[in-house]
Amino acid sequence: MEIVYALAIGVLTGSGVWLLLRPRTFQVIIGFSLLSYAVNLFIFGMGRLAVHLPPIIATLDPDPSLFDDPVPQALVLTAIVISFATTALFLVVLLASRGLTGTDHVDGEEEPEP
Amino acid sequence: MSPIWIVILPFAGSLCAAFLPSHARNAAVWLAGAVAVACVTLTFQLYPQVASEGVVRAVLPWVPELGLDFTFRVDGFAWLFAMLVSVMGALVILYARYYMAAQDPVPRFFAFFLAFMGAMLGVVLSGNLIQLVVFWELTSLTSFMLIAYWYHRVDARRGARMALTVTAAGGLCLLAGMLILGHIVGSYDLDVVLASGDLIRADVWYLPALVLVALGALTKSAQFPFHFWLPHAMAAPTPVSVYLHSATMVKAGVFLLVRLWPVLAGTQAWFWIIGTSGLITLVLGAYAAIFQRDMKGVLAYSTISHLGLITLLLGLNSSLALIAAIFHIMNHATFKASLFMAAGMVDHETGTRDLTRLSGLYRAMPITATLAMVAAASMAGVPLLNGFLSKEMFFAETMFVSGHAVTRIGLPVLAVIWGIFSVAYSLRFILQVFFGPPAQDLPRKPHEPPRWMLLPSALLVLACLVVGMFPAATMGPFLDTAARSVLGAYMPSYSLAVWHGLNLPLVMSLVAMVVGTGLYLALGKYQQGAAVVPLINRFDGRRLFEFTIQKLDGVAAWLMRWLSTERLQVQLLLLICAVFAIALIPLHKGLPAGNMAGSAFQPAFALLWLVGAACAIGAATQAKYHRLAALSLAGGAGLATAMTFVWFSAPDLALTQLVVEVVTVVLILLGLRWLPPRYAWIDDALDSFGARVRARSRRLRDLALASIAGASLAMLSYAVLTRQAGKGISHFFIENSLPLGGGSNVINVILVDFRGFDTLGEITVVGIVALTVFALLRRFRPAPESMEPPQQQREQDAQTGIAAPDPHAPLPPGPMMVPGTLVQLLLPVAGMVSVFFLLRGHNEPGGGFVGGLIMATAIILQYLVGGTAWAESRTRIRPHYWIGAGLLCAAGAGLSAWVATRPFLSALAWHGTLPVIGELHLSTVLLFDLGVYFLVIGSTVLILVALAHQSLRAHRKSAAQARPEAATVSVAALPAQAGPEA
Repeated sequence: MEIVYALAIGVLTGSGVWLLLRPRTFQVIIGFSLLSYAVNLFIFGMGRLAVHLPPIIATLDPDPSLFDDPVPQALVLTAIVISFATTALFLVVLLASRGLTGTDHVDGEEEPEP
Repeated sequence: MSPIWIVILPFAGSLCAAFLPSHARNAAVWLAGAVAVACVTLTFQLYPQVASEGVVRAVLPWVPELGLDFTFRVDGFAWLFAMLVSVMGALVILYARYYMAAQDPVPRFFAFFLAFMGAMLGVVLSGNLIQLVVFWELTSLTSFMLIAYWYHRVDARRGARMALTVTAAGGLCLLAGMLILGHIVGSYDLDVVLASGDLIRADVWYLPALVLVALGALTKSAQFPFHFWLPHAMAAPTPVSVYLHSATMVKAGVFLLVRLWPVLAGTQAWFWIIGTSGLITLVLGAYAAIFQRDMKGVLAYSTISHLGLITLLLGLNSSLALIAAIFHIMNHATFKASLFMAAGMVDHETGTRDLTRLSGLYRAMPITATLAMVAAASMAGVPLLNGFLSKEMFFAETMFVSGHAVTRIGLPVLAVIWGIFSVAYSLRFILQVFFGPPAQDLPRKPHEPPRWMLLPSALLVLACLVVGMFPAATMGPFLDTAARSVLGAYMPSYSLAVWHGLNLPLVMSLVAMVVGTGLYLALGKYQQGAAVVPLINRFDGRRLFEFTIQKLDGVAAWLMRWLSTERLQVQLLLLICAVFAIALIPLHKGLPAGNMAGSAFQPAFALLWLVGAACAIGAATQAKYHRLAALSLAGGAGLATAMTFVWFSAPDLALTQLVVEVVTVVLILLGLRWLPPRYAWIDDALDSFGARVRARSRRLRDLALASIAGASLAMLSYAVLTRQAGKGISHFFIENSLPLGGGSNVINVILVDFRGFDTLGEITVVGIVALTVFALLRRFRPAPESMEPPQQQREQDAQTGIAAPDPHAPLPPGPMMVPGTLVQLLLPVAGMVSVFFLLRGHNEPGGGFVGGLIMATAIILQYLVGGTAWAESRTRIRPHYWIGAGLLCAAGAGLSAWVATRPFLSALAWHGTLPVIGELHLSTVLLFDLGVYFLVIGSTVLILVALAHQSLRAHRKSAAQARPEAATVSVAALPAQAGPEA
């Protein structure tokens, strides 16, 4: 399972990085999304993979080894919400830049011929 | 009363003055005067304690864990200086009342003035080196504000900028020097540092520390080669020149040298650095003062010269010279402040300060003239005035210097030359302005200034006289306490007397007076038209300064051109490479896979990611020409991620990811409309062959980079995942979630309780983002070609005719009627589900984020199905209020802990039984989560609705072009609410 999980992170990262380097704003926003999935999975993976051990406790004196690590989960939860906010802001900046400059190139102008 | 109040009062007064209306001139003066008098009283009544105990300390704990306290420390020298600052402050405030014009914004002046006073008192009374530097920089800042008070004048702005650049840069050097001193001693406490003189002088870091501290002190006290800023600071209103640039701020440098004298002085390095700078400044300043045309210019160069005298005295490494220096600090403040006041009064009454235009003012302004004459005589060192006493002490000190013959003879000779120059410029200052034939072409007809304006100057002149005649009886005890606090056991015996018999210093004085008078007479003609200083005019510090600044600008621009780019792609490329390189540093030897037994292989999970990976790669390839497809595919990858969270025991993450995914897709869908159309065949046809080759090679490079990044992160993940996890902090949260947090869902307890402060920050960010989006879209102007309705809509309109949506129809018309009905029914259900998720969050998966996003989704569905106009005609959602309410709720939950005298954001819980309802558990944590819930609804809806309104605007515009009369109706029919377009 770990190998599948790691490969998933790899594919998401690769696609995300590829898109981040593209010249069109829409490509960058999608790449940003994919990269944030990859990073979230990576951080989440730092708590190791555990099946059927959600950190929801029932007794007053729980054994920590019987639950999945809650710290990366809390971090990722925050990261998901923040990346949503970032995407929204980025989208609007993208639209405003498109309206102002007339192009959807990330630099606000088409690349000049060398 | 504690010395802390002496520093706090002026700052508090400054704050009050800042809030006064700009014409409240008298109120501001009364306020400032009361503060200054209070400071004088507070300082004065400390004297018996200072005299008997030596040091009075007051400590205000700040961050005791880091050893940081506000320490205030009053010893004899600090007391004397604090008296100087507060008494001068009081006098200058009275003077400024009459100097400032009624149309000037006087409260602003006094706000800065009091802030400066507080900062200066802070420098003087600091018992901690770092704290001293902080107040030091504050004096630079407030002096900047005061010099630039008349900011409509170019010279004021330039002078202020130059003063700030020089003194603040010196302050940074001082900070570095203080850090070194603190490092050597192991403490920043002034008492500890002062007791470690031998340790510091023996340290290898002594010289760097000395140079850095000297840079701080010499820049502040306008010593050569940093003296050039002071004459340009004269663009300030005269009360500022009186207070900052003669009596107090420029004395901060020499104050510091005296303060650190016990630990830094006594070495050859000190003698050469401090002594040389002081000597050059002494002579150059006096020389330049002779040739100034501006009255304030003469005084500015004279101030530079006198500060040089103090610096030179301190550099002589003699305890008697130190006493002379302290004495001269006081004397110079009295006569120079009085002279500046006189210059200000002349300027005020005649409208000019130009020495070549002024003449014969004695007749019109006899009192001013008399006061100025006495003060100028003191400046020139005429007997029976205080300036004479410290000058004699200086002359005596120059003769005791041991060492090479050049220093032994050169120093007294230069001292006499300085004395000659001083006499010459003092004479010229007085004779030119007050004597001779009355000037005819003055801008205003001169007369005596108001009596109250003369009073401060008169008091200072009185002090010159009294101290000059009875030095031992007036200044003696205070000077003694001050010197003792610096010198301690090494206090020499000295006598303050007017008559020491006929000795060499007196002869030197006499020579200076005679030759000085001769020099004035000889230069008489030349000075009339002189605006340049002969011999040294080419060495203009200002030009050097501006040249340096210009060069620095040029170098910065050059570096920017070579090291930076505006192209985002290049930046991102470098960023990714840099991240890769940094990660490589610890990992370059390779990180083998661990040996922990992984979880069992599940074909379903592999299949899930087969689809997920296909989605990701598909999104990557389609994002350029098929945006909708790419968006759906990216959503697919997001779904796979959410399911992975479910799989590996993270239900909360899965829920959040799922709803965020929905909202994000809707958001981007709304934005797609405004992007330019892009077709592969058009792009291909447009590109030249060369461009295509370049694009292909760039893609190959990026593909390689992306593959490397993906592969390395995959390997890193695998290596980590197959290792045993270290013992982190997780066990704390699991063990304490129920006993301390009262919830069984550990994630939620972490978010709203253990790390509640982080969450509060996070929701604030989300709220700010929403408001930013709203603000950006208000000014949004879509590109002209995307204003047209899309092709499909045009086709449909051609069939059915353009129909403006009717906001009053019970259901959206046409094919959307059935979904409209369903969505309307869905709203209350979704609301209930969202509250359910909110409430169960503490014990089961859910919480404010998930609940809020569910509710927001339900609301946006109304918009999607019914259209903006239809939805807004029946729902009154004010997202701004939701954001505000959410923040208030969350912050209120945090503040409520203060009621129970617990730290911010501590949870308060109540557990009990109510009739009918039964057992009930209430906690402020729920209120906090409710805040999160409100804020998430408000922010999400605000963002989505703001985007949705753009379509409405475009639609309305096209409808208006088609049928103007109908459009006005539809606009008028819209509910008058604060929609994002308002």
